[in-house]
Amino acid sequence: MKPLPSHIPAVGRARPIKIPAAAERKPRSGLRILAVRRPSVPRVEIRLRIPAGLIHDGGEAARAWMLPETLLSGTRNRSSVDIAQELQGFGASLEAAADADDLVLSAGCLSSSLLPMLDLVAEILTAPTFPAHEIEVARDRVVQELIIGRSQPSIIAREAWRARLFGKHGYGRRMPKPGAIGRIGQAQIRRFHAERVLPHGSTLVLVGDIKPDQAVEAATKAFKGWKGRPVAGSVETPSMGGPGPILLVDRPGAVQTNIRLVGPALPRSHDDYFSLALANLVFGGYFTSRLVTNIRETKGYTYSPGSILDHRRKASVLVTSADVGTGVTAPALLEIQYELGRMAALEVDQDELDAARRYLAGVTSLAIQTQAGMANYLDTIGSCGLGLDYLRDFQPALETVTTGQILETARRYFAPGRLLTVLVGDAKAIRSGVEAFNQVQVLDG
Amino acid sequence: MFQGSATLEKGLHDRLTTGNGGINNGSTRNDFTNYFELMPSNALEVALFLEADRMREIRLTPENLQNQIDVVKEEIRVNVHNQPYGGFPWLYLPMTLFESFPNAHDAYGDFADLDAATVEEAAEFFDRYYAPGNCVLAVAGDFGVKDALGYIEKHFGGIAPRDVPPTVDASEPLPGNERRDARRDAHAPQPALAIGYRVPDPIRSLDDYVAMVLCCQLLTGGEASRLHQRLLKTDRIASHVDGDVGLVAGTFEVRDPSMMQVQVFYPDGRGPDHILRAIDEEIGRISDGVDQAELDRFRNAYLADYLGGVDSLMQRGMLVAALEQQRGRAELLNELPGMLSRVEPADVARVAAGWLAPGNRAVLELLPGASR
Repeated sequence: MKPLPSHIPAVGRARPIKIPAAAERKPRSGLRILAVRRPSVPRVEIRLRIPAGLIHDGGEAARAWMLPETLLSGTRNRSSVDIAQELQGFGASLEAAADADDLVLSAGCLSSSLLPMLDLVAEILTAPTFPAHEIEVARDRVVQELIIGRSQPSIIAREAWRARLFGKHGYGRRMPKPGAIGRIGQAQIRRFHAERVLPHGSTLVLVGDIKPDQAVEAATKAFKGWKGRPVAGSVETPSMGGPGPILLVDRPGAVQTNIRLVGPALPRSHDDYFSLALANLVFGGYFTSRLVTNIRETKGYTYSPGSILDHRRKASVLVTSADVGTGVTAPALLEIQYELGRMAALEVDQDELDAARRYLAGVTSLAIQTQAGMANYLDTIGSCGLGLDYLRDFQPALETVTTGQILETARRYFAPGRLLTVLVGDAKAIRSGVEAFNQVQVLDG
Repeated sequence: MFQGSATLEKGLHDRLTTGNGGINNGSTRNDFTNYFELMPSNALEVALFLEADRMREIRLTPENLQNQIDVVKEEIRVNVHNQPYGGFPWLYLPMTLFESFPNAHDAYGDFADLDAATVEEAAEFFDRYYAPGNCVLAVAGDFGVKDALGYIEKHFGGIAPRDVPPTVDASEPLPGNERRDARRDAHAPQPALAIGYRVPDPIRSLDDYVAMVLCCQLLTGGEASRLHQRLLKTDRIASHVDGDVGLVAGTFEVRDPSMMQVQVFYPDGRGPDHILRAIDEEIGRISDGVDQAELDRFRNAYLADYLGGVDSLMQRGMLVAALEQQRGRAELLNELPGMLSRVEPADVARVAAGWLAPGNRAVLELLPGASR
């Protein structure tokens, strides 16, 4: 990198991240509770993560899919409207969603309403009723959402790479089909809820205008009626498929090709994780990365290319994405492979590494400034079994990574020959161009 | 604006932002374009320097312009052309509701317009609209005010003033009749409907505008809202409904004319009239009267959301800049909660009756192209 002009104002040293006041507790139920003080506005953010996600269901995972859609539909004491109105009264929002591993409840409320809010959440967890008519409405809605989802090219691309990379493993399953959703009734959801929505292995994060000790005490009390641990059924580590031919999902007439290159990566807890995270930044993880500079800023092929580390409990994936004009599909693929190859073949500049290091430290500290940002961060690292210590320790750990280590890591994870390539686009227009790179297997969209 | 400035070559602005632990971007809205940096507090001076450097001058070359034209085309493709429901309704609904060019043209830009853009036009635009006097600078965060003012004077003080263009008054008459349009979307598997209502002037009639914001919440704000209950739970004629007040600019960041939007996704091919009838009935019920407890709940929810929004320094800074530019009242940041608290049930009923009528709206139907 060229040296910076001398007239630019000095920046000085970044302040170290201040770890806020916090309290933790793990009651006998096995629920882990973490409360952190961030009094910027009179609110509290809540994240409750429960191992009841898609991987824990069989078949098409339709029960796990429907559980979050119906969990808030009524309890022993309250109808769905009652719940919605009570949340409003608390100045609260509450949403349930399922990811590959977990059911996650995300909520926020005015800090003055924290105690009744915790009681409401506890009641939803321990005594949901899943009324039949609410399930019917939810099924119809979910079927429509799935139909719409399947028509989105980014979702088509995601489903395609997951299916190929994870094969028969549950992580590779596609979204449930309408028929599978249609077969889900009260009995099915109740059973899945009873089997999986349990405190053991769950984590509750509270961030906001609270006194951490008091908040932990209040949460312990509110959730004391929530008991149990899921019956075994640990998730296998998938063996991720080798690269193989380019997979081309045909979308006739598409004006863009969605390019995805994917391969195995490392979990956050791994010793080499920071080396991989920094390598990823240099390659395509932020705006001033090589990938963005090349195919957006120089060539204008695409609007938001990038690469991310996509984590599940038992698998982490490096995903490189670019949605490019149909007419520049092959040239864009060439540039992506060139940048991947460059990472794997040559040491990065010291300047590039230092810039990526400062960026990661800086945006982490920015992300945790808001209550929601801190809650999301603690929830995310909590899902890997990491806690506040990670915030404390990650900056010194970043400092130790060398350009030599980046090269070693890049050889293992960025080598283009090791990655699976998936394209969603107009096969007629792009096939012959991309056949220059590898064999192509065309699938109907 | 990101391709090089007075003393910095292309790429340095981004390098100096991300390389110092921050992010930067900008966005184009109805009445303004904004540019921002979010950075660790030790980088205050360099952030101000970067903005001053490009306020002074930008490097407009045919290569830079062509690069950005290509990138914007891909942006339009990914957001609009290649997506089901791309541009619906945010791009197309205003084109149906409004008539004047400022309010009704394709805000993203036709590819033909993009391709025809010249360096001279861009330079002229910069010269006219990027005059220092046409900008508001907001700084939010952890710094000493004296220090910040010192840096601002140091870096911006030497930029020569030039003429400021007059504020565009884009107000236009109310439609008088319902306006309708339909668009076919080859990528969309299901039909959708969007309604845009004309609303009180966000600046000159702020009190009524705030009442309209709460009215919109009652109608579309979450599961307890009138339309969610009626369309999804009771009649079961839709799979999704939501709504908002504003345009691409946020609720309190837009000049007249603004809009209240209701968006519905529904599964069958019956056409939207039964949905419109149900929506009109629910609006009628609100016009007949709203109860205090219900209004208080929706108000609470909205206020809590507002607080959550301004917890973010970036949102706070952007909102403050827009409030100051459009109203000369940055302090509204702290006054809006009080204004929301003073809305009475009768105000909500009155604005619903006065504004949410068929003759005061546009209805945009999206016809699915793909059948499954």
